[in-house]
Amino acid sequence: MSTNDVIGRIHSIQSLGTVDGPGVRFVAFLSGCPLRCGCCHNPDTWDPNGGTEYTAVALAKKAEHFREYFGDAGGITLSGGEPLLQAVFAAEVFRLCHERGINTCLDTSGAILNDDVRRLLLHCDRVLLDIKYTDDTLYRHHVGMPLQTALDFLDELNKQGIPTTIRQVVIPTINDTDENYTALRDIAKAHPCVDRIELLPFKKICQVKYDEMNLAFPFADIPEADPRAVRKREILLNT
Amino acid sequence: MTHQNWKGFTAGAWQDEINVRDFIQRNYTEYTGDEAFLADATPRTKALMERLQALLKLEHQLGGVLDIDVDTVSSLTSYSPGYLDRENEIIVGLQTNRPLKRGVNPFGGMRMVRNACEAYGYKLSRKVEEEFKYRTTHNDGVFRAYTDEMRAARKCHVITGLPDAYGRGRIIGDYRRVALYGVDRLIEEKKRDKHALEETYFDTFQTRQSEELYQQISFLGKLKEMAAMYGFDISEPASNAREAIQWTYFAYLAAIKEQNGAAMSLGRVSTFFDIYIQRDLENGTLTEEGAQELMDDFVMKLRMARHLRTPEYNELFGGDPMWITEALGGVGEDGRSLVTKNTFRMLHTLYTLGSAPEPNLTVLWSKDLPVPFKRYCAKVSKDTDSIQYESDDLMRPLYGDDYAIACCVSAMKIGKQMQFFGARCNLAKLLLIAINGGYDTTSGMKIGPQMPVLESLDYESVMERYKIYTTWLAKLYVNTMNIIHYMHDKYAYEKIQMALHDTDVHRFMAFGIAGLSVVTDSFSAIKHTTVTPIKNENGYIVNFERDGDFPKFGNDDDRVDQIAQELTHDFIMKLRHAKTYREAEHTLSVLTITSNVMYGKHTGATPDGRPAGAPFAPGANPLHNREENGALASLNSVAKISYDDCRDGVSNTFSITPEALGRTDDERVDNLVSILDGYFAKGAHHINVNVLNRETLMKAYEDPDSYPNLTIRVSGYAVHFHKLSREQQREVINRTFHCTL
Repeated sequence: MSTNDVIGRIHSIQSLGTVDGPGVRFVAFLSGCPLRCGCCHNPDTWDPNGGTEYTAVALAKKAEHFREYFGDAGGITLSGGEPLLQAVFAAEVFRLCHERGINTCLDTSGAILNDDVRRLLLHCDRVLLDIKYTDDTLYRHHVGMPLQTALDFLDELNKQGIPTTIRQVVIPTINDTDENYTALRDIAKAHPCVDRIELLPFKKICQVKYDEMNLAFPFADIPEADPRAVRKREILLNT
Repeated sequence: MTHQNWKGFTAGAWQDEINVRDFIQRNYTEYTGDEAFLADATPRTKALMERLQALLKLEHQLGGVLDIDVDTVSSLTSYSPGYLDRENEIIVGLQTNRPLKRGVNPFGGMRMVRNACEAYGYKLSRKVEEEFKYRTTHNDGVFRAYTDEMRAARKCHVITGLPDAYGRGRIIGDYRRVALYGVDRLIEEKKRDKHALEETYFDTFQTRQSEELYQQISFLGKLKEMAAMYGFDISEPASNAREAIQWTYFAYLAAIKEQNGAAMSLGRVSTFFDIYIQRDLENGTLTEEGAQELMDDFVMKLRMARHLRTPEYNELFGGDPMWITEALGGVGEDGRSLVTKNTFRMLHTLYTLGSAPEPNLTVLWSKDLPVPFKRYCAKVSKDTDSIQYESDDLMRPLYGDDYAIACCVSAMKIGKQMQFFGARCNLAKLLLIAINGGYDTTSGMKIGPQMPVLESLDYESVMERYKIYTTWLAKLYVNTMNIIHYMHDKYAYEKIQMALHDTDVHRFMAFGIAGLSVVTDSFSAIKHTTVTPIKNENGYIVNFERDGDFPKFGNDDDRVDQIAQELTHDFIMKLRHAKTYREAEHTLSVLTITSNVMYGKHTGATPDGRPAGAPFAPGANPLHNREENGALASLNSVAKISYDDCRDGVSNTFSITPEALGRTDDERVDNLVSILDGYFAKGAHHINVNVLNRETLMKAYEDPDSYPNLTIRVSGYAVHFHKLSREQQREVINRTFHCTL
C-alpha cells in the first residue's frame, strides 16, 4: 500500500474553524475516540466506524481549497474524536499539507503515545492538548485513564519542541477551583513548549446530540459555566 | 484654467476638462494608519441627532410615514427651504420644507402615488390630479406599448419588480463636479456639447440628444436656484471643506427631489471630501472634531432622505430603502490605496450617530488595502452589521479607480457610465413553466411556447426543454426593458443626474435572475437521483419525489457548482442575442433584495425538494440549511459564479455568530479580515457581513420596539430589522447562521 492510499474516517468537516487553533482553519473531525468524558460535546464522533472514508490526498486537497482564507496564522486542524486513533492517516494528511505550505494543528487529549503518534508529531506545527483535569482521581473517574498519560504526551511535545496550547473545559462544581488553576499553571511552567492556556466554558448545547443518540448526557445536571468569568480566568492564567 | 478657490491644489488636466478622477489622484493623501485619530461626536451633533431620533420614532409610530405634502409635485425648487434645526445645522437642505415629510412625484406613474397617499391616510390633491390629467407619465407610456405577452409575464411573476410605475433609479450623478467646478462651468461645458451637435445630421438620436442637453442645462440652472433659496451661491467652485460637502449634497438633493428611483446612490465622495478637509486642517481653519461634525451632519441629511412608496413596495423591498450607496476605499491604478482619513470618518458615523442602514456603506476591498483599514472595517462590521464589501481587485481592471456602486452591486464609472435598471426574472419558476410546457401552476396562466408536459425528468431532456424557455424569456425580457427605458427617457428623463454625466455616456442594461440556487439544486437532483413528477388532476406537474440524496450548491462541490455556472452563462448569452435600446451593454446580476420571500411565494414546489411557496435564498446564496461543510465551503460555491457572466453583481449574504468568528474581539477582527481576503482571492464579487446571534433576532422579533436600531444586512443593503415584514423577519431568523457548537 502506497502512503497515498492511506484511508481515514472523517466524522465531519467545518470549513470555517476559528476556535480550534490560531487564525481561520479548515477543521476535520476524525471518527473514533477511546475516551468517554462526561463533558464531551461530540458524542457523535465516538464510533470509530462512523463517518465517511477519505484518502489522505483527498482530504489535503480539500483543505487546499481554503488556502486563500488562512492568512498568516491559519491552516488545517485535525480534531475529533481522537485523531491519535488514526495517527498514520493524520501524519500523512499533515505531510501532504506541509508539501502544500499549509500550517498544521492537532487537537488531542494525548491519550495514546506510540511510534505512529511520534511520527505524526513530526508534522505538527501546533498541538492543542486537552488536559481535562489536573487531579488524578478526577481524571481517572471522568476520563477513565491516569492523568499521567496526558502528562507523558506533554513531555513528548516538550521534547520535540512543538508549540502547544493547553486547553481545559471549565466545568462548574468539578474543576472550577483555585487548586486546579494553580496546577494547570504549574504544568504549563514545567513545559516551555506551552505558550498559551485556553479555558473553554462548559456548555450544554450538545444535549440534543445525546438525545438523538438515545444516550444519557452524564453532565446534564451540571450548570453551564459563565463565559465572561472563564475568559477573565484565562487572561489571568496567561499573564 | 485656474480659480482662486483651487488654491493649494496640485494642477493638472482636471482644470481644463471635467475630470474629477484626475483631481483626486493628484491631490489626495493616502492614510495607512489606524482609527486612533478619530474624534467623538460633539454635543452639537448629539443634540441634533436626538432631535432626529425623536422624529424617526414619531415616523415609526405613525406607521412609517411622518407626513405627506399632497399639493406639491416634488422638484428642485417647489418647496421652501426646510431645516432640522436651522441654528445648529452645518450642512443644510431637505427634500421638502419639513424633515421626513415626503413629497409626491408622479412623473413615474400616478397610480403608485395615489395608492401610496391613500395607504397612509392621505388623498392626492385635486391640483396635482388636474395637472397630471394632461401629462403622460412614464407608467402611461410603458403600458401603452406593452404587448399582451409582456403583461402576462409580469402578471404571473416570471418577470417582476420592473421599474414601470416609478423612477428607474440606479443612475449616479457625479455630484462632486458641482463642488469642484461650480455650476456655471458645468453649464458652459454642456452648452458647448449642444453647440457641437450643429456639425452633425439631426436624426432621431441627435434630436433626442439635443433636447436632453437642453433639459440638463435648464436643470443646472434650477440647481443654482435651489441652493440660492438656502442662501448659497454655487456658481463657483467650493472654497473649503464645508462648502465642498454642501455643494455636493445640494447636487444629490436635487437628484432625489427630481427622481424617486428605487436606488439613488451617492457615488464615491469620502476621499474627494478628504482633499478639502486636509487643506482646511493644514490651513488651521478646521479641527479633527470639526471635520467629523461635517461628515456627521452630512450623513444625518442622507439618513433623512425619503421617497413615498406603497406598502406593497415596502413589502417587496423590506423597510423603506433608498440605497444611498457610498463606495469607500479601493486601490488606485498607481497602487496607492484610496483610503484617507475621511474614509475612516465616514465609517465612524456608525458610532457617532449609531448604526443605520443608510447611507449604504460599501467597502471596495482589495488585498492591497492598508491592514489597519481592513481591521477597522472588520471591527465596524462586527459592531454594527452595517457595511458590505465588494471586490475592488475584480472591478478595478474593468472600471478603473473612480467607479461607484449603484444600489447594491452595480459598478459604473462615475459620470461616464449609467445603467438601465431591469429588476429580475425568476428562473426557478421558469423551470416549472418549462417542465409543464408553458403552463404556470401557481397563477393558472398559459405562458411562453406551448408544448406537451414532460413525461420523464431525465437531466438531458429537462435541460433541453429549459433552454427553449430561457431563449423565449431572454428575448421577451430585453424587449420589455427596451420599452420601459424608452418611455423613461421620454417622460421622466433624469435631467440633473444626466447633467452630472459626460454627454457621451456608456449605458448598461442590467438584467437579473432570482432563484439561482433553487434551479441549480433542482438540476442537481434531476442529475444525481431519480426525480418522479407528481401531477394534479389536470395533468400538470405540481410536485416531485426523489429517491436519494444529491450534491447541493453551497458545499464547494463542483458537481453542482458547475450547474450554477452553466445556468448563468446560458442566460447572459441568450440576453446578448437581443438588441437593446440605445445600444446598451447587457449585464446580469444574481441579486434578490429581500424579495426572495416574495419570489418563493409565487413559485410552486421545485424538484430539489423545496415546498411550494417556501422562500428562496437571497441573491446567490445557497438555499437555507443545505450547507454541510461550514461557511467557507458555502462562500467558495458562490465565488465560482463568473463575474464575466454577471457583471451587474453576484450578491452573497453571510451571517455568523460572534462565537463562530473567534474567541476574543481581536481574533474575531483578524479572522473576519482573513475571510474577506480569502473570499475575494477566490474571485468572488460581493458579501454582506452580519455578526449577530439568532437569539438577538428572536428577541427583536418578539419585541421590536426595544430594538429600534438593530440593523442587519440583507441582499445588497442594510435595513432596520423592525421595518421588515413579519414574514421577512421570520425568513431572516431561519436563514443559515454559521455558528459553532
